[in-house]
Amino acid sequence: MKIQGKVHKYGDHVDTDVIIPARYLNTSDPKELAAHCMEDIDKDFVKNVKPGDILVAGVNFGCGSSREHAPIAIKASGIACVIAENFARIFYRNSLNIGLPILECPAASKAIRDGDEVEVDFDTGVIRNLATGESYQAEPFPPFIQNIIQKGGLLASLK
Amino acid sequence: MAMTMTQKILAAHAGLPSVSAGQLIEANLDLVMGNDVTSPVAIHEMEEKGFHKVFDNEHIALVMDHFTPNKDIKSAENCKKVRTFAKDYGIRNFFDVGQMGIEHALLPERGLVISGDVVIGADSHTCTYGALGAFSTGVGSTDMAAGMISGKAWFKVPSAIQVVVTGKPQKYVTGKDVILHLIGKIGVDGARYRSLEFTGDGLQSLSMDDRFCIANMAIECGAKNGIFPVDEKTLAYMKGRTSREPVIYEADADAPYDEVVTIDLNTLKPTVAFPHLPENTHTIDEIERIDIDQVVIGSCTNGRIEDMRAAASVLKGRKVADGVRCIVIPATQTVYLQCIEEGLTKAFIEAGAIVSTPTCGPCLGGHMGILASGERAVSTTNRNFVGRMGDPTSEVYLASPYVAAASAVTGHISSPAELD
Repeated sequence: MKIQGKVHKYGDHVDTDVIIPARYLNTSDPKELAAHCMEDIDKDFVKNVKPGDILVAGVNFGCGSSREHAPIAIKASGIACVIAENFARIFYRNSLNIGLPILECPAASKAIRDGDEVEVDFDTGVIRNLATGESYQAEPFPPFIQNIIQKGGLLASLK
Repeated sequence: MAMTMTQKILAAHAGLPSVSAGQLIEANLDLVMGNDVTSPVAIHEMEEKGFHKVFDNEHIALVMDHFTPNKDIKSAENCKKVRTFAKDYGIRNFFDVGQMGIEHALLPERGLVISGDVVIGADSHTCTYGALGAFSTGVGSTDMAAGMISGKAWFKVPSAIQVVVTGKPQKYVTGKDVILHLIGKIGVDGARYRSLEFTGDGLQSLSMDDRFCIANMAIECGAKNGIFPVDEKTLAYMKGRTSREPVIYEADADAPYDEVVTIDLNTLKPTVAFPHLPENTHTIDEIERIDIDQVVIGSCTNGRIEDMRAAASVLKGRKVADGVRCIVIPATQTVYLQCIEEGLTKAFIEAGAIVSTPTCGPCLGGHMGILASGERAVSTTNRNFVGRMGDPTSEVYLASPYVAAASAVTGHISSPAELD
């Protein structure tokens, strides 16, 4: 499975409070959450993001609270994949559990720029930067994780 | 093969003679916890996917603590959803307004977590119970749902950092200063995916409330869990709270550790984490004058009785500075009542502070003390991220109850020693 989209780039330690501020946690409706995604660090994200886009960040993405509302907001905003140097562990688990593909790839995280057009192959873990022609290798998902993503989440995959 | 304390608990709950770092295991759970923010998502997931049974109605705890007493209609609907679920499924440990307290103070107090347990909770500060010598870690709502259905969770066995604590803390140095110091030293991702295993003769001088505070903030350096050995203080704390028998695990003498970090309690000073990361730590003596608008004393980190006593010892007979709002939130009904019985509530109110019913409230910018643009708070909570307590331009400085209370009196970030 391959996806292609425009990159929204952020820095290190992007925490779940800025991904979705707690003042919006009185709902778990994906659309409502998506309307406020990233707003405390990037007011224009919601305006600019298009379905299929890709979010790229530095180290420890998703640190902080265990709120599953964070990956839900990102997924519902239209983001098709998050690439980071590495992720905070609860966010990592939550993302895969709800079927949001996320890849750890330090080389891609460093080289890819805001606005680049990028292609990701989930079967091979190859990330291609169409803007520069460079490729980066991430660890591909094992079959059981691919199954969770394809089925749309952990509980759906249990049925 | 030699194992860490965490690895021994996980091996026992996975039915394996031993485990090693990196291994994927499935472990039996002693408790699955959720709150009014995370449980509705888990319940929705469960029911939408057609699951209509829980593994056990006694080993699930649902605590309505974040946006309670409900701050708005949506929060009220969320609590209603969980209340209905608890009733329909016969969940024994459902804590609504009146019984509820902040989850990570309440569950140990009720004896629902004991040494040797494996606990998951849909709240990142679930790592608090490591103070009791349990393995406990934060997860999301889907993992909580899977845990409620199956009584199991999968884990990647963590490696560990050993934290050797020596010496004795000086006056006004608390568990909060120990953990802020550690986070400042190793960084907010210094223990990412790993355990923090505390050891050393310095632990003797740390009370249970200190240990809860330290384990609570293990997540703030990315740790999967933070865990303390079980000693006489742990056993004394659990006595009378549970009918279950605690199981004591100890790390092997030759257990493998990725790194060893040492903390000499003698040398620690009251410590403050500046915005916008808990690793931005400064000791109190190196801080220039920083004026503040609000002080919050409470939370799952510092809302226990010793925290209340520390704050009251500073505020008693003094006044909160003009222009400063001081909000005190005992973490549970028991702590609240103790504050009244010990005269702490009187001291707070006479000083010009307010005392709130238990709630997570302002810690996560929920309610009961939201900051306006550009405002600054000293808070005994656990996170100072952008927008954590309100407007994205507001600032949170993390500190101990002593420092928070002293700052309330002076109107700027201060050491209680300045008032002596």
